[in-house]
Amino acid sequence: MLSIVWLVIMVISFIYAFVGGNIEVCADALFESSESCISFILEIGAYMIMWSGFMRVANDSKLTDKLANIMSPVIRRIFRGVKKGSEEARLICSNLAANMLGLSNAATPLGMSAMKKLSEKSINSTATNNMCMLAVINCASLQLIPSTLIAMRSGYGSTAPGSITIPIWIASLTTLIFAIMITKLCEGRDIRG
Amino acid sequence: MDRIGMLIMPCMIVFILVYGFSKKIDVYASFINGVKEGTRSVMSIFPALFALFMAVGVFRASGLVDVICDFISPVTGFLNIPSELVPFALLRPVSGSGSLAMASDIFKTYGPDSFVGRAVCVMMGSTETTFYTTSVYFAASGTKNIRHTLKCALVADLFSMIISIVVCAVFY
Repeated sequence: MLSIVWLVIMVISFIYAFVGGNIEVCADALFESSESCISFILEIGAYMIMWSGFMRVANDSKLTDKLANIMSPVIRRIFRGVKKGSEEARLICSNLAANMLGLSNAATPLGMSAMKKLSEKSINSTATNNMCMLAVINCASLQLIPSTLIAMRSGYGSTAPGSITIPIWIASLTTLIFAIMITKLCEGRDIRG
Repeated sequence: MDRIGMLIMPCMIVFILVYGFSKKIDVYASFINGVKEGTRSVMSIFPALFALFMAVGVFRASGLVDVICDFISPVTGFLNIPSELVPFALLRPVSGSGSLAMASDIFKTYGPDSFVGRAVCVMMGSTETTFYTTSVYFAASGTKNIRHTLKCALVADLFSMIISIVVCAVFY
């Protein structure tokens, strides 16, 4: 998908620039944007590395597990049939907790294991309601500290880089609630063998 | 409100360090391990980021972004939202690196503290790379029929784009 999008954008941009007569500007942009990518990765990469360090501390001191425990009652209401203390409950909660802390390296494998565990109840490779719910919740991100965005803002000279945190919380939380609601509405009955 | 937002990150860092110490883990060693992981993941996103920065740069320089913005400006003008946000909103569910590149392009052009700059941040922070996430998760379980997942996730993305603009309009 992305390969096609990338190719189309590159080719169409150059054709349009050629027709419009600003092909030189376009060629310059090629070099200029490569340069800005290097400075972007140096600056934002530094913040991402720093944040990953702090988050590893949070993870090693079992802060993620604690957050997972707090969320567990809510999770069991959203995912029907997931029992307290079961393997899938643990995996789902840890996946969401890791996502909230921005530990995407840890979150993805946990989410994949949770999906595999949930798929034991599925028939004919068809997703169950719980599987759809887990995917939708993961698509609506909820992050406590939007570290990459804060880093980007400060890199581009913002006077208050962290100020977007609260608006992001409000927007993410409303989106998450909305996402859960529409997914619940679309749920049909699971196919049972 | 801005000040509270600014304090969240430093407070969280102090909390994490003190919490780690109280749980008797080797905080320094953990931090180093995290840095190792972080370095690896920054390295791993770099190639795609590079390619997409180029695409976004060429796309803007060619004037196509302006064409798209002009084309949709009657709608966005009517809704009173900046039209630059629409190309971003379209790219967001498709590519994480691409939307990072586009967001940084918007910061460069309009400044991170402009309305567009803030709105892009909130949009970016409240959504995920939907197509990527769903494909990775369902590939793990070998699921072929994902039923209502993509439909719901994309509707939620659209909702989040709208709510982001509303939240920004209320805050700023």
